[in-house]
Amino acid sequence: MSGYRLPGGGAIDRTRPLGFSFDGRPFQGYAGDTLASALLAEGVGLVARSFKYHRPRGVVTAGSEEPNALVELRTGARREPNTKATTVEIYDGLKAASQNRWPSLGFDVGAVNSLLSPVFVAGFYYKTFMWPAAFWEKVYEPAIRKAAGLGRGAGLPDPDLYEKANAFCDVLVIGGGPAGLAAALAAGRSGARTILADEDFLFGGRLNAERLEIAEKAGADWAAEAVAELASLPHVTLMPRTTVFGVYDGETYAALERVADHLAVPPPHQPRQRLWRIQARQSVLAAGAIERPLVFGGNDRPGVMSAAAVRAYLNRFAVAPGRRAAVFTTGDDGWKTVADLIEAGVEIAAVIDARTGIAHDHEALAAAHDIRLFAGAVVTGTRGGRALHAVQIRDAGGGTRTIACDLLAVAGGWNPNVALSTHLGGKPEWRADIAGFVPGPALPPGMAVAGACAGRMNLGDCLADGFRLGAAATGTTPPEAPETGPDATTATPLWRIAGTRGKCFVDFQHDVTDRDVALAAREGFRSVEHLKRYTTLGMATDQGKTANLNGHALMAALTGRGIAETGTTRFRPPYVPVAIGALAGPHRGPDFKPTRLTAAHGFSAEMGAVFTEAGQWLRPQYYPRPGESDWLESVTREVKAVRGDVGICDVSTLGRIEIQGPDARHLLDLAYCNMFSTLAVGRARYGVMLREDGFVMDDGTTARLGPEHFVMSTTTANAARVMQHLDFLRQVLRPEWDVQCASATEHWAMFAVAGPRSRALLQDLLGDAFDVAGLPHMGAAEFRWGRARVRLFRLSFSGERAYEIAVPARFGQALMRRICDLGATPYGTEALGVMRIEKGHVSGPELNGQTTAADLGLGRMMSKKKDFIGRVLAGRPGLCDPARPALVGLKPVDRGRRLRGGGHFLRPGAAPVIANAEGHVTSAAYSPGLGHWIALGLLAHGPSRHGETMLVHDPLRDGDTLVEICDPVFLDPEGSRLHA
Amino acid sequence: MRRSIFSLALNALTGHRLWRPTWRDAVPKPEYDVIIIGGGGHGLATAHYLANVFGIQRVAVLEKSWIGSGNAGRNTTIIRSNYLLPGNNAFYELSMKLWEGLEQELNYNAMVSQRGIVNLYHSDAQRDAYARRGNSMRLHGVDAELLDRDQVRAMVPFLDFDNARFPVKGGLLQRRAGTARHDAVVWGYAAAASRRGVDIVQNCEVTGFIRNGDAVVGVETTRGSIRAPKIAMAVAGNSSRVAALAGLRLPIESHVLQAFVSEAVKPLIPGVVTFGAGHFYVSQSDKGGLVFGGDIDGYNSYAQRGNLPVVEDVAEGGMALMPMIGRIRLLRSWGGIMDMSMDGSPIIDRSPLPGLYLNAGWCYGGFKAIPGSGFCFAHLIAKGEPHPTAAALRLDRFERGYLLDEKGQGAQPNLH
Ligand SMILES: Cc1cc2nc3c(=O)[nH]c(=O)nc-3n(C[C@H](O)[C@H](O)[C@H](O)COP(=O)(O)OP(=O)(O)OC[C@H]3O[C@@H](n4cnc5c(N)ncnc54)[C@H](O)[C@@H]3O)c2cc1C
Repeated sequence: MSGYRLPGGGAIDRTRPLGFSFDGRPFQGYAGDTLASALLAEGVGLVARSFKYHRPRGVVTAGSEEPNALVELRTGARREPNTKATTVEIYDGLKAASQNRWPSLGFDVGAVNSLLSPVFVAGFYYKTFMWPAAFWEKVYEPAIRKAAGLGRGAGLPDPDLYEKANAFCDVLVIGGGPAGLAAALAAGRSGARTILADEDFLFGGRLNAERLEIAEKAGADWAAEAVAELASLPHVTLMPRTTVFGVYDGETYAALERVADHLAVPPPHQPRQRLWRIQARQSVLAAGAIERPLVFGGNDRPGVMSAAAVRAYLNRFAVAPGRRAAVFTTGDDGWKTVADLIEAGVEIAAVIDARTGIAHDHEALAAAHDIRLFAGAVVTGTRGGRALHAVQIRDAGGGTRTIACDLLAVAGGWNPNVALSTHLGGKPEWRADIAGFVPGPALPPGMAVAGACAGRMNLGDCLADGFRLGAAATGTTPPEAPETGPDATTATPLWRIAGTRGKCFVDFQHDVTDRDVALAAREGFRSVEHLKRYTTLGMATDQGKTANLNGHALMAALTGRGIAETGTTRFRPPYVPVAIGALAGPHRGPDFKPTRLTAAHGFSAEMGAVFTEAGQWLRPQYYPRPGESDWLESVTREVKAVRGDVGICDVSTLGRIEIQGPDARHLLDLAYCNMFSTLAVGRARYGVMLREDGFVMDDGTTARLGPEHFVMSTTTANAARVMQHLDFLRQVLRPEWDVQCASATEHWAMFAVAGPRSRALLQDLLGDAFDVAGLPHMGAAEFRWGRARVRLFRLSFSGERAYEIAVPARFGQALMRRICDLGATPYGTEALGVMRIEKGHVSGPELNGQTTAADLGLGRMMSKKKDFIGRVLAGRPGLCDPARPALVGLKPVDRGRRLRGGGHFLRPGAAPVIANAEGHVTSAAYSPGLGHWIALGLLAHGPSRHGETMLVHDPLRDGDTLVEICDPVFLDPEGSRLHA
Repeated sequence: MRRSIFSLALNALTGHRLWRPTWRDAVPKPEYDVIIIGGGGHGLATAHYLANVFGIQRVAVLEKSWIGSGNAGRNTTIIRSNYLLPGNNAFYELSMKLWEGLEQELNYNAMVSQRGIVNLYHSDAQRDAYARRGNSMRLHGVDAELLDRDQVRAMVPFLDFDNARFPVKGGLLQRRAGTARHDAVVWGYAAAASRRGVDIVQNCEVTGFIRNGDAVVGVETTRGSIRAPKIAMAVAGNSSRVAALAGLRLPIESHVLQAFVSEAVKPLIPGVVTFGAGHFYVSQSDKGGLVFGGDIDGYNSYAQRGNLPVVEDVAEGGMALMPMIGRIRLLRSWGGIMDMSMDGSPIIDRSPLPGLYLNAGWCYGGFKAIPGSGFCFAHLIAKGEPHPTAAALRLDRFERGYLLDEKGQGAQPNLH
């Protein structure tokens, strides 16, 4: 092909030349060009290689349906594989490269696949590569993987930003061609909130590509005026470069705005792309139609192009895609291309019209310009290597001829662009008169379809449709549609050309030929879905926009069914491929999820804390001090400080739920397996909550602050789930109860102050505000202390005398600082964990959703005096099975050995097979008090096996450790330290 | 014709005119020994093992649409046997062993590719939970390795190791895990079953059951009544609906799970990677597409499509884990209907109605189970007794409390 720039015309800005490169060669285009138009203008015809056979390929279309012209755009971390040159707006310095070829686009070794094509038919891999079995992963598959996969991903983190945004409107108009512009005008003039989105950077659709007339103006000018009017209307939002790519439930439309893809790099602080979730009461789908190729031998050669695309290049981009053109048409549409080629001064070698009866106007046009016209003729083959040199035709009489040309414009009829009408499950309907599928009656709620997308191809109909539906969506009277010039689009479908030579491609990108379709039919893959899956028809990056109907029509013919009955595969979102980065928006790196910090986080950071993730929270794990060599040393110091003096731990992350109302106590009795209604005001109680299925859900303490007021604490991990659970109980199971729950986790900062000196410290702290000594074990009090409301509980997780003190979050940091100033040692989750293991308290690894209260030694808490959630199902035999692993303590027989969570128990000497496994180690810690590692575990018949020796089997890590089974309470079983 | 490089070459010379339908598109007969409802992976595998292993050839597979139209043709194709609980692990390992010899057994290349799966952990607690799981696998004789951060980094260097919200601390690796080509599995089983005389009947929807007292003795279909003394349900996402036709309520809810595939790119991701701090997992197909997914949509549904919030959630997980995929484009997304059971594990059992057998509750993990499930279900149907390896997958375990709750989520199907 030898395209060139026309001397005048087009919607390009010749005052703004832009330099770009393709495969390292420098070129020039103009503002308003796409990469495809600029390459064609520079005479570049070969732009890509196909997927399987590495066939040379050129540009076939002028839009997002492009199957062939895929390039790697940009370089380095911004490299974008498989980018359609037809949709890339060029910018100065643009760099593009061809892909899937080696060593070069011109000479591609992979093209030998074409010679092997008799073997590489559809589904060949299902039939071979089976022997020897071991060769698949080692030899065959790596070779296949390397050969597959068109372009190369960047392999580096995407450096650009993405955004998400929401929009709300009365009418969303999808597509800014004549029908869409008309719909937007009608809706916009009524004052309705209207959004007009088009994937192109220029509104107007076919009006820019054709030489059409509206109201005695050039169509493109009419479009520009319409856009100007829309821009002036206050409630209309114009969204160019925005593809509506998906329709979802609840009248939600997803759209992608390419904010900065037309620039070398996004401006500072600007996103590259923006994901829009558009909530639209009504929508008008005016997505137009796509011209379909014809299936004949060599129809993929660079230089064979959609006739409509030829017009787009001539009229919009002022590019002649070739010097000597032939036009192959099955309808009137190709004659528009003939006229436009004449107008542009491009030589026309021949017009091949598959119909016999050709309209007089057309004949006259051909005669007037001395163009050879073959009526009732077809193209049967193409000649040329990497560019078209000639086409072979069979004329009406059956004679064959060869016609030299470097451009073949092919007009095979139009397929309405129904994709978005089907995302919610609607089935397209076959319309024989236009030989295409149109949206069926089951449209997404609120959607109407206008213009070519509805199968109304004629310009006058498109405008009328748009005005009518835009007005209908807003309940207004449609404006009168302007006069349009003549526009005929009838076509007679021609699905396959008999007796052609060479490969006839149906799906260009995936190299699916008519023979592959026939093979699929022969092998029984006759459903369109089987056809797709067997041959990969329609699975390429263009999602079969040009290929599907041709393939389905061939299958219909092969199986003797009609096209309507054969049907079409389902269109799936996204309508065009969408960058994963855009779907993720800003949620990546540290911003993937919110980071929750406690009120005293800053103070802990000041104290040098190492933080750990606890769900979305960051919690101090331990507070290393200068001179400490590892975490264990710090943790040991912290534990000793608590056990010997006093420590403070930030426990603000525990869930806190305020429960109030006359029925609050009933709710607690229902939720917890133990009794709460008997709890006295001013007291707290440890509670265990079961799930409906009888397993333990969560534990925590709940205090009664008033007759109708409780405050519940949950584990950090289950805070949300418990809240959800209580709401379910309240709203669904007991709607008649008068009780309210509110999550107050964020409102309070809470600290455990633990150790023999805790009482004295708190008294120092609170002075006259509260008599700490008067608070009994499991006591709870609320009082004012200066400006702060304070809640004080006497609870212990560590086994020491301990308190939990809570203040409104804003005082949290100051309170922790003050307590540390009074001499408390801050300790983190590690020390907390050590001390709770020493005391045999269960936590996350034991509360793993697979354990019963009895497994955890808490079986006796299950009240027999009341009903509670989980009671019935907890009585199932499997949950009461005495062989269930139950909580035990462990000490290494060799006291020097380390213990770890995750090992399984075996009897010493037993074979390491699952049948011999008797439970597992849940949590382990180094006990500074005992001077060796200890652990908790769940062991079958555990409570009756204290004193036994078992093997902890841990083949994944350091192998096996002998342990002594013991009581899970390692320290102070009498609990005397609580009162120290 | 046998499939081999020789037959392929022979056909290449003869224009591939000798190939015959991969399976016979059968017209239903009035009566069979066994009727299998559902032409997905499980139904077809069951038919194959009945015919080829257990010697029962008068079998029909009734499929309401085209075979593989359900989850068998919609899943993300991951196969693995990295389960924790004894009742599950042995079963999935049986399946894995069958995968390992599948292609030779079926004479169909299903592209079983053991490129490994690594489940990432991001906390000490998660590490210990994976250690427990991995040790359980080893006790079952299944391969498992616990990797630290550096080992993970050596294997999948493109993860976000330096700037992550939830830093990767390591992973549980099963090298024998991987992927298989889902459609080929369907076609391979169909071919092998059909060769042995099984009737594969497409576009034949079961609309009711023919009863003789309690017993189920046949089915009403859109292609007429068909009788058989044994009727086996393998309808995955439609289990509750089909069971309802027999008046049964199953401990199953139907939920939609979406899957995603990107445009094809040159090899980037070697095996399967799952994110432990977000809902995202990914592998790369032989064709080059990144195949990925995440959480279920969360509401009960029979529509085979999902919604935007989960699309975004999955993409966010992907970008958090591997920010190199930002400019790779999502090509297609779709949904499948998951038969989510109350404990997240499946059921292969007799139903309470004589003559009716159940295969259901596969959740989002039934693709890997296809060979094992087919084998064990065929065993149950042929012998009337559960296969020992599937003995834990009983229907009455919910009533008796012998649950197989891998994740400890309880009877809330959308959390498994
Ligand atoms: C998005 C997604 C990702 C997944 N990823 C994985 C994965 O990576 N690994 C994994 O192991 N599993 C995965 N799964 C799960 C797996 O696909 C399913 O568990 C499994 O395929 C279910 O068994 P099946 O193949 O028999 O089901 P299906 O293929 O659904 O078969 C059931 C068949 O029954 C037919 N049917 C229903 N009702 C009737 C009726 N009344 N009459 C006749 N026929 C009927 C249906 O049309 C269907 O063909 C995934 C599932 C989905 C949806």
